[in-house]
Amino acid sequence: MTEFGDVPEYLLTVEGLKTHFFSRSGVVKAVDGISYDVREGETLAIVGESGCGKSVGALSIMRLVSSPPGRIVDGRVLFDGADLLEVSESQMRTIRGNRIAMIFQEPMTSLNPVLTIGKQITESLELHLKMQGAEAQKRAVELLEMVGIPDAPSRLKQYPHQFSGGMRQRVMIAMAMSCNPRLLIADEPTTALDVTIQAQILELIKNLSAQLGTAVIIITHNLGVVARYADRVNVMYAGKIIERGTAIDIYENPQHPYTQGLLDSVPRLDEDRKRKLESIEGMPPDLMNLPAGCAFQPRCKYAIERCVEETPPLLTVGDGHTAACWVTAGSTSEVGA
Amino acid sequence: MTQMEERAPAPGQEVAPLLEVKDLKMHFPVTSGVILQRRVGDIKAVDGVSFTIRPGETLGLVGESGSGKTTVGRCIIQLNAPTSGEVWLDGVELTTAKGKQMRAMRRRMQMVFQDPYSSLNPRMSIGSIIGEPMLVHNITHGKNELQEQVAELLHVVGLNPSMADRYPHEFSGGQRQRIGIARAIAVRPEFIVADEPVSALDVSIQAQLINLLEDIQEQFNLTFLFIAHDLSVVRHMSENVAVMYLGKIMELADRNELYENPLHPYTRALLSAVPVPNPRVEAQRERIVLQGTIPSPMNAPSGCVFHTRCPIAVDDCKVVTPPLKEYAPGHWAACIKV
Repeated sequence: MTEFGDVPEYLLTVEGLKTHFFSRSGVVKAVDGISYDVREGETLAIVGESGCGKSVGALSIMRLVSSPPGRIVDGRVLFDGADLLEVSESQMRTIRGNRIAMIFQEPMTSLNPVLTIGKQITESLELHLKMQGAEAQKRAVELLEMVGIPDAPSRLKQYPHQFSGGMRQRVMIAMAMSCNPRLLIADEPTTALDVTIQAQILELIKNLSAQLGTAVIIITHNLGVVARYADRVNVMYAGKIIERGTAIDIYENPQHPYTQGLLDSVPRLDEDRKRKLESIEGMPPDLMNLPAGCAFQPRCKYAIERCVEETPPLLTVGDGHTAACWVTAGSTSEVGA
Repeated sequence: MTQMEERAPAPGQEVAPLLEVKDLKMHFPVTSGVILQRRVGDIKAVDGVSFTIRPGETLGLVGESGSGKTTVGRCIIQLNAPTSGEVWLDGVELTTAKGKQMRAMRRRMQMVFQDPYSSLNPRMSIGSIIGEPMLVHNITHGKNELQEQVAELLHVVGLNPSMADRYPHEFSGGQRQRIGIARAIAVRPEFIVADEPVSALDVSIQAQLINLLEDIQEQFNLTFLFIAHDLSVVRHMSENVAVMYLGKIMELADRNELYENPLHPYTRALLSAVPVPNPRVEAQRERIVLQGTIPSPMNAPSGCVFHTRCPIAVDDCKVVTPPLKEYAPGHWAACIKV
């Protein structure tokens, strides 16, 4: 195999990805020109609130956006030298679930309720690794043991409803890891779970990805969740990446007013209790009627005229740290220009 | 006000509590069979919970799903009739109150629900949703006065009074939760059970709602039972915090005590599992990852209900049910290893 023949600098490169949904009442620009890359073995967090396009962005990489109404209108997704948006559907099938695996937020709806767990795990083993019968069974048992499900042989014969939420998410992880993927996309993997179970699942993802050298994209709305796990963070708002940097950059030196607002608006256990939370006023914009200029400008306390007139691109504020803001990032780069 | 001889454990006793819950139990029967339903067991959703809340204070009730925290709230408001135990609100015992007296008490306590999508009737306008409790309790006279009051309430919760004619589907989750809050304060209650009021909302909207709850608490001198699973939010909102596990209170203390000096291993594990948005702190934090999941309340473990997941459990924990004991003034914990 030539898999390791010519290792690109980045495992995954997303360039100018635009995914729009076409409805009768207008075009929803769910993802509107995002670019980022994922290095081998690293953990990248994509953070944002509901409707910011973080899930659609991930589904676009996997070409799982239902069409119609959705359509990837522009961009490139380079993985292992190929543009995933250009390859044939049959080629995509050999990549999906094999080289790139995904786990979803709601483990109940992403498992098939009428098939046993064993059937669902061996399916991808048979499909991608051409395993059969006893061999696949044996591997399935190993996988369940790897994700910490006790009594694996008998659990394989059970159905999803016989598993708790945390156990179902473990099954999802076992399925995702079954073909040793190079990239794992975890879309809000712990949102539906209790905090003690959340800790178990996140530690499991971290340990497995370190052990197998898998790169992870973890999508979440909770900035706290990723502080422990992410190497780098992309913050999204209204279909765009508005800040990008290392975890330390984003948490200690946030530059975009939205990132600052997100960090200020959560009560946190590592700081003294504040008398009042500093909330971000207003609501996320309607993606069908985006405000002029910067999408965050109507809620932003620093907004100036330029924010309405011109959409800010990602401007460099530090080494590998960029923010899309005329006020906080623009001042430094304007001086240079 | 009725003077009560024996008091349930609670921190500080100078001010008479507004709410007192004594040994509250809610067991749901589990039946088997279609026609002849045999009782095959009980789900002990709440199993002997006692606490008090003083006027104007907030008690935070935290626990994982299935710990019984919502059922405690529902039993207090009398949406469920508890199996046993007493609930005293300002000197009136609610589980035995009937008729006129109960009706009068219902006005004084309200609930804000978790899911802003299912707790508003989709066929009623916002105005009638907020106005209905005032009509039910006869605290408004005439149509004009009602409209004025609805407008005032919408204003208090930060919505435009002109929205009164709109329907729930026209509002976002955060706005719906504001409507739920307006409905709860419409009858000028003294006590509010807020059951996970912000957990369905986005982070930036959560902060708005938390601030709103604090504002109305001050403005209307409200007493809160704040039910949540998010320990950071609970610390922000509450003066006192009770930690529940499988229908029992594991630890009860004032906020600073509980967060700075947790005694119960479950509280410690919960606190260590809360993610903190600070990579440097996270890198150094020791995380107690609990094994397994919360057992079914239908066959709760013997002895201490937490022993199956407890990192420091000893043999005695399987046999001895630890009582809630006061280890420091106002700091109660149910663990024999403390």
